[in-house]
Amino acid sequence: MDSITWTASELMTINAARLLRDGDVVFVGVGLPNLACNLARRTHAPNLYMIYEAGVIGARPNRLPLSIGDPTLVSGAAAVCSMYDIFTLYLQRGNVDVGFLGGAQIDRYGNINATVIGAYDHPKVRLPGSGGSMEISAWANRSYIITPHQKRRFPERVDFYTSAGFLGGKGERQAACVRGGGPQAVVTNLGILEPDADGELTLAALHPGATVEAARENTGWPLKVAAELRTTPAPTAEELRILREELDPQGIYLK
Amino acid sequence: MMAKLCTLSEAISSYVHDGDTLYLAGFTHLIPFAAGHEIIRQGRKNLVLARATPDLIYDQMAAAGCARKIIFSYMGNPGVGSLKVLRRLVESGRLEWEEYSHFGMITRLQAGASGLPFLPMNPTAASSLEQANPNYRRVTDPYSGCEVVVLPPLHPDVAVVHVQRADANGNAHIWGIIGEQKEAAFAAKHVIVTAEEIVPEEVIRSDPNRTLIPEFIVDAVCHVPHCAHPSYTQGYYDRDNELYLKWDEISETDEGVQAYLQEWVYGVKDREAYWARLGAEVHARLQVAPRPSLPVDYGEY
Repeated sequence: MDSITWTASELMTINAARLLRDGDVVFVGVGLPNLACNLARRTHAPNLYMIYEAGVIGARPNRLPLSIGDPTLVSGAAAVCSMYDIFTLYLQRGNVDVGFLGGAQIDRYGNINATVIGAYDHPKVRLPGSGGSMEISAWANRSYIITPHQKRRFPERVDFYTSAGFLGGKGERQAACVRGGGPQAVVTNLGILEPDADGELTLAALHPGATVEAARENTGWPLKVAAELRTTPAPTAEELRILREELDPQGIYLK
Repeated sequence: MMAKLCTLSEAISSYVHDGDTLYLAGFTHLIPFAAGHEIIRQGRKNLVLARATPDLIYDQMAAAGCARKIIFSYMGNPGVGSLKVLRRLVESGRLEWEEYSHFGMITRLQAGASGLPFLPMNPTAASSLEQANPNYRRVTDPYSGCEVVVLPPLHPDVAVVHVQRADANGNAHIWGIIGEQKEAAFAAKHVIVTAEEIVPEEVIRSDPNRTLIPEFIVDAVCHVPHCAHPSYTQGYYDRDNELYLKWDEISETDEGVQAYLQEWVYGVKDREAYWARLGAEVHARLQVAPRPSLPVDYGEY
């Protein structure tokens, strides 16, 4: 049998899906996180509970949602509530296990900038801003970040704290009195970064074929490598089939 | 005094004034595009435009010169990228802005809708926005001694809320994503309801749990089918994702945006003409198959 191939988006999605546990309540975003959740639900986590910031609870979309408030999320869902309710009863109260985040910049301690490049008052590049991410990264029990591994996306420090990782180290996050556990993994096209005891993102796993050198070259701080560096299992034919045939057959997100 | 049930043009002309703070409600769903277009046609100026997601509608209103300031929590084209008109205006310092997270924005509406002087939120440790926006303050919880983050109420001069159906007095049924419609309506000084259908009062009273907005906070009720296009109305028509994608190209240049406004806003009299101009192919593409809920029995008492 000839070797299976995959794209960077497929690789990241599959590895993000594997981080989810059966029964997790997940605050889902559109794009790759949505695909990762639906893949997990069709493989090892059939009881994954998907909730959306638009106020949809227990969504079971029939088609690929193209926006955070796609009507397919509502039809057949368990419940729909207001945005105030989703952010208070569900997120602030501590009813969300997992949140997914992304952003233009992720720094050494998992802090995210999705707001601005340059000075806030005189932006060089104005990005969309927080949306739900400020509170998701604070209050979800675990948060995961999916992002391509590029040096400009991984600066030593972010220009703007749109959402908090471990600030300047784990102790600082604890001192800030936020309930959630913070970022637990950053899934890239090269591997997986995880926070060490101090909250610094370190290289914990490489995908098949990726190298420590490539990860270091594409990271903006001196990247530490975990004592026991893992290799992620290659995507399986079944995982790829579900993504390609069932979840994103038109290749809208999995280019 | 104008009758409550009126045309959208009459409602905008009576209740929306230069310099007002507006909240055109709806999170992805039920965004009252027709109201935004009518405000552009009537040439309103110096508006403060508040919405969690400004969406295409505020990109268009800003491009048309209606806006002095934008209040938002996610300034992106949902599922596509950035809102290029607003981004250009903000990056070049030509538009004031005031920014929150979604929860912050919604909390301001909730405080406004509840008649409270402020509402607390748990801290998030992400301090940059708290530093950038002086409306974010911290106070000490008098019970635990811990700090909470607080925001003041938002009281728009006018909220426009699009709904599936309303009666002639403004009692409004909404289903699907209910975002911040109720909060925006109760927070605002004046409320304009636009509806896909105007129904007899009995229809509303047959299902009172579905009524999000009661008549006595409503100033005007307008029958505006397809008001939300290119966003959607659950059960009535789908979201026009093609237009959301196309807007990314259209809004690449000011000329592209002005040409769009000429054709689709200034070039049509009202929403009926706009919908007709979209044509049969678009109508067919946005059609949705029925999936009704099972009726509930309230009982005869």
